[in-house]
Amino acid sequence: MTALASPLASIGGAIEFVFEAQPSNVTGGKLVGGLSQTVELALTQLEVTVFALALSLVVALPVGLWLGHRGTGELFAIALGNAGRGIPELALIALMAAVIGVGVLNLTVALAVLGIPPILTNAFTGIRQADRASVEAARGMGMTELQILTRVEMPLAVPILMAGVRGATIAIVATATIAPLAGVLTLGDYIINENVYGEDGVLAGAILVALMALALEFSLAGLQRRLTSKGLKLGPA
Amino acid sequence: MIEGHVPLSAAVEIRERGGACEEDPNALYCFDWAREHLVERFETPTIQHLKLVLAAVVLGFVIAFALALVAHRRRWLQPPLLAATGVLYTIPSVAFFFLLLPLTGRGVDTAIIALTAFNLQIIYRNTLVGLANVPAAVKDAARGMGLTNRQLLWRVEVPLATPEIVAGLRIATVSTVAIATLAVFVSGWGLGSQIKNNLNFPTAIITAGALAILIAILFDAALYLIQRWATPWRRVRT
Repeated sequence: MTALASPLASIGGAIEFVFEAQPSNVTGGKLVGGLSQTVELALTQLEVTVFALALSLVVALPVGLWLGHRGTGELFAIALGNAGRGIPELALIALMAAVIGVGVLNLTVALAVLGIPPILTNAFTGIRQADRASVEAARGMGMTELQILTRVEMPLAVPILMAGVRGATIAIVATATIAPLAGVLTLGDYIINENVYGEDGVLAGAILVALMALALEFSLAGLQRRLTSKGLKLGPA
Repeated sequence: MIEGHVPLSAAVEIRERGGACEEDPNALYCFDWAREHLVERFETPTIQHLKLVLAAVVLGFVIAFALALVAHRRRWLQPPLLAATGVLYTIPSVAFFFLLLPLTGRGVDTAIIALTAFNLQIIYRNTLVGLANVPAAVKDAARGMGLTNRQLLWRVEVPLATPEIVAGLRIATVSTVAIATLAVFVSGWGLGSQIKNNLNFPTAIITAGALAILIAILFDAALYLIQRWATPWRRVRT
């Protein structure tokens, strides 16, 4: 019991920090934390995540779908996905802040750099793996290329496509946590600036960031289930 | 400023503080500084980075591989294990480091635990897919030859699943090298330390980032070669 007492006390302190502002050690007793600041930081993090995800989708989705439909550029699509995983997040954000400047717009672009590779690669792979016989049948029925893409290939590609979107979302929301380094205050501020918020603030930030990532992941999993056509769910996955 | 006129200690101090570039303070990349400080500044962080990644990937592989072998035979375990590793994968590493704070405190151990947890799903899922993709005819033939379940697993299924298993390891390793730059926040370790401590000095940031990418490429190439060596039959063209 004693071994558990201290972690439980820490969690209690973190929960208290979220709801009630506490005097900080470094700001001369100024109050930090509390519900209003927490909500503000959480909304900022959600906002930059959604902006960056939208930008990634706008850039990556048309390219990935088009390349997949044409069946060209496989090397590019696959290599981009592999290279994207290797981008060191901290270096990306720090370099953006030091060279281009801080702010929401720059941050959104930097975060989109992380979101584009998984979406583009999975859009490509998803379309390529769509059943060729179905595509040929659609062409034989006289569908235009655009109809084939939107009515046959894209519905078949939903699971792989959404896996890419989910991967991009996780990468973006995770990296939005270190956005305070680029002058945008997100929940990560609680985590990174321990001298201001104290241990309770650090743990509170960690808990909230984890919950936000999980909530986004669950919503997208739900969206994927709704987008997947009934016929696809019946067959062996 | 002429180098000779400044006491050496003062010159070093200026560089330490602002990370100034002697020939051009506005240069994006200061090659002179990088040449001069590469070993002194980056050797230890690079070694730390390698240690973090190796520990996390080896631990992640041992745990995820074992889980996959168990779940391969007991299929009812697959959904809960996928969900559990999925949660660990989804929680951002920076948050994970500090969620562990009440349990393991700050330090390298905490960083390695969080990086390992992140890895599990990638390796687990690829191993399971690899094992599931072994053709039924091959397994039937092996059983017909009198192989026990254990022999079937280690002599037929695992070798045939090797390409997928290594593919998972490559994804996990490359991702971990990138994410290990964040380990600095909880442990002070890794190439991230040279980024976090030089936030207004692009040369240090670029050098650290480039070293991380280089490490990722080297690990990836090494794993590719291991896979080729471990699956000689895949090189035979029919």
